[in-house]
Amino acid sequence: MESKNTSYAISNPHKVKLDPIQKVSFGTAIVGVLILLLAWAGVDFKNNSIFLALSLGMIFIGTFIYSRRTYLLHPEGIKNNHVWFNTLSNRGVWAWSLGILLTGFYVLLYWFPQYLGNGAGTDGTNTGIVALFDPLSQLLKSKNASHWFVYGTIYSLLILSLGIKFIYKYRHNRYQIIRTVVVIMSQLILAYFIPEILEGLNADKPYFVKDLKQIWPLNYYITESWYLNAMQVEQNVGPSGLFYFFWAVILFLVITPVLTYYVGKRWYCSWVCGCGGLAETAGDPFRHLSSKKLSAWKIERWLIHGIMVFVLIMTIAVFYTYFSGKEFDIKLFTIDKTTFPIAALIFVGISFGAMLYTYLKLSSHNKFILVGTVILGLIFGAILYAYLTGSSDVFLVKSKFLKKWYGFGVGAAFSGVVGVGIYPVLGSRVWCRFGCPMAGYMGLFQRFKSRFKITTNG
Amino acid sequence: MEEHIVIIGNGISGITAARHIRKNSNKRITIISGETDYFYSRTALMYIYMGHMKFEHTQPYENWFWEKNRIELKKAYVTHIHTDKKELVLDDQSTMAYDKLILALGSKPNKFGWPGQNLDGVMGMYHKQDLDLLEQYSVDCNRAVIVGGGLIGIELAEMLRSRNIPVTFLVRESSFWNGVLPDGESEMINKHILEHHIDLRLSSNLQEIKADENGRVKSVIIQETGEELPCNIVGLTAGVSPNIAFLKDSEIETGRGILVNRYLETNFNNIYAIGDCAEQRDAIGQRRPIEAVWYTGRMMGETVAQTICGNRKQYNPGHWFNSAKFLDIEYQTYGWVFSDKIKPDYQETFHWMAPCSKKCITVAFHKESKLFLGINTFGIRMRHEIFDKWLTEKRDVFYVMEHLKDVNFDPEFYEQYEDMIINYFNSEYDTSLKTKKRSWKRILNLSN
Repeated sequence: MESKNTSYAISNPHKVKLDPIQKVSFGTAIVGVLILLLAWAGVDFKNNSIFLALSLGMIFIGTFIYSRRTYLLHPEGIKNNHVWFNTLSNRGVWAWSLGILLTGFYVLLYWFPQYLGNGAGTDGTNTGIVALFDPLSQLLKSKNASHWFVYGTIYSLLILSLGIKFIYKYRHNRYQIIRTVVVIMSQLILAYFIPEILEGLNADKPYFVKDLKQIWPLNYYITESWYLNAMQVEQNVGPSGLFYFFWAVILFLVITPVLTYYVGKRWYCSWVCGCGGLAETAGDPFRHLSSKKLSAWKIERWLIHGIMVFVLIMTIAVFYTYFSGKEFDIKLFTIDKTTFPIAALIFVGISFGAMLYTYLKLSSHNKFILVGTVILGLIFGAILYAYLTGSSDVFLVKSKFLKKWYGFGVGAAFSGVVGVGIYPVLGSRVWCRFGCPMAGYMGLFQRFKSRFKITTNG
Repeated sequence: MEEHIVIIGNGISGITAARHIRKNSNKRITIISGETDYFYSRTALMYIYMGHMKFEHTQPYENWFWEKNRIELKKAYVTHIHTDKKELVLDDQSTMAYDKLILALGSKPNKFGWPGQNLDGVMGMYHKQDLDLLEQYSVDCNRAVIVGGGLIGIELAEMLRSRNIPVTFLVRESSFWNGVLPDGESEMINKHILEHHIDLRLSSNLQEIKADENGRVKSVIIQETGEELPCNIVGLTAGVSPNIAFLKDSEIETGRGILVNRYLETNFNNIYAIGDCAEQRDAIGQRRPIEAVWYTGRMMGETVAQTICGNRKQYNPGHWFNSAKFLDIEYQTYGWVFSDKIKPDYQETFHWMAPCSKKCITVAFHKESKLFLGINTFGIRMRHEIFDKWLTEKRDVFYVMEHLKDVNFDPEFYEQYEDMIINYFNSEYDTSLKTKKRSWKRILNLSN
């Protein structure tokens, strides 16, 4: 029963025409994007500073004026007219084109950054779109851009400019206005400026991610040995490495459960998180595309919890190997081949106990929880076995192997390529809903121990 | 062999009845409808036209649901009911036997004998077929005229405006829906309608609809002024009435609707009527005998299912409530607030409007006893459970005013108006009430 009117222009002789201000501002933003695409295609602008400033400025100012003009023409209120008619928001030609473009960008970004110009010039200098961003990178941290810097800048710009569009669109709702301002700021300041500037200030010291809102299990960088090495006092990082280490542990163990209990998982997913920030701003025109079928929900609960369990196993395995070969000195005490397994046993043991308790308490004997309980029990057993036998690999596989496949399959392919690249086809929260282990973790608290659990009344 | 329950109509009433009969029994269930293959949410029809949803999104259950729950669906219109043989005749001349029959026939748009009311381009807005027609007529529409200022009328206006089609809205009353809404509220909605570029004509009746040479609508003539308005669509939205024409030659007793007792039983002990088409023989409280409302259809469906499954139960809808949306302004009502036109002598009304002029409340209470009678709220969401409880507990208006913060259901960070409201109340009635702090204990435990 497809509607025959996929474009409302056909059924409506009174098509809304853009006024001159809308036309000019829209055009401005498009030119800004074109500059980026031309740079990507290899056009050398000679004066990158000016063209970069032009491009980013035009995108920002263009979207700002366009959305202001467009939404202020109408009284405040819900604005969903035509979302299922429009070719961009109804999986039409524009949607697929945008999806393919974004997916292509992500594939290059993760696996072939040389095609974006990352170190592709003579002597390892940048070309293409990465070179275009060199001046900004020089300004912030006195070194040339990388493809990740380009990505971070565009990402933050999208959240900022389309966040402003979101605010105009939802201006009847004060909750959404405040939330959007917070999520924009948390991307711009916590995820972008602070880490980039800190990196510039500590250019001689080893690098680790300094985004305060990154939380394991969403952020699995912490399982990289270079990352852990860089945090250590012996590397002469000073107190900041130690601070970030403790902050990461407190975030995961204390702040996340407590906040989730009091306000629900939205505190992270729509107020703080960068993935959520992009989904709620740039992804807003695609929010209605998410599947509401029962089958989608069935896939969702196995997939998201499966990934969460996998990241737990992967992290324990990697840490186990890392700490059994190395003493990690964090001033107050050291983590080594004895303390880590014991800490891991305590954590998994408590989780196991909580799951078992929940299973026994619920009269429905939920199979889903039983599976989780059994898996946690097995993990507990594996750690105990490895500790007692003195093996450096838990779970009988090389931890590097687990990490490599997680990074490829989940970290890059799912969260990036599928999660964002396919926004225009599957909707904006695909990664958050089906994949994100952090959402899975908070979901457990929300489901059993929060005022904000979601239920149906059907 | 299990009893065969046949339900005519796959709207909210019929479907709810079927689901609850299935929950409570193994009876054979068949639902007959000529309108659509599957149940859809009628109130969401407008959003299909506006592009917020596709038709499939208005179906609350996926298509596999019916077979899985052994609910048989038959697409047909029933033409006759032979109550003596317990048999239905369908429009394809086939017959179907039933043991028990539930009539959930819904409504049809009212037509008051206007000249030209059956022309091509003249339509109501009730069935899926109306939506398909509107889609067709919209292709070359330069102006639409809507006749009848109620909830469906304003929705149809919003729909057409979403396609940027110019709309003239003929309202018989001197102010929008002021047979139901108190004057202050009605006046606020008048302004909001104009803000949406809808050409609102108050105190205007339709005299005649004129056709072009192809029998398609060409214009309408307004009775009061004689003005001729060229248009290509005429929406007739002057209320709805029970869709019972085909029952006229049956033995089933009807008035404006199908007459039922509190058990939703008709004059035949194996035939029931629920939803829009049912007319209560004895009034329930101050409710009208026919209520074409989504939730009453749902309640009746649940009730009749209990009766059919052996637990004979009275239909008991509780305190009146309802909600709607006028373009961008949300409206809720709990208890009884009568409009200035029809209010009883004992009703005192307190009306407060926010400085933004898009939010207001009207509280009705008893002049002497100060008993709280009901509230209308526009642009501020309030909690149904709490008003329901206060009505049952027969609270007075002072208690309601003092505890208004408990009842606020707006999202976090929204502006709170309770102190402004109570100050205005104090100045109007020379009282010195103070708002009580919001108490989650009272709200969640529903304790005092």
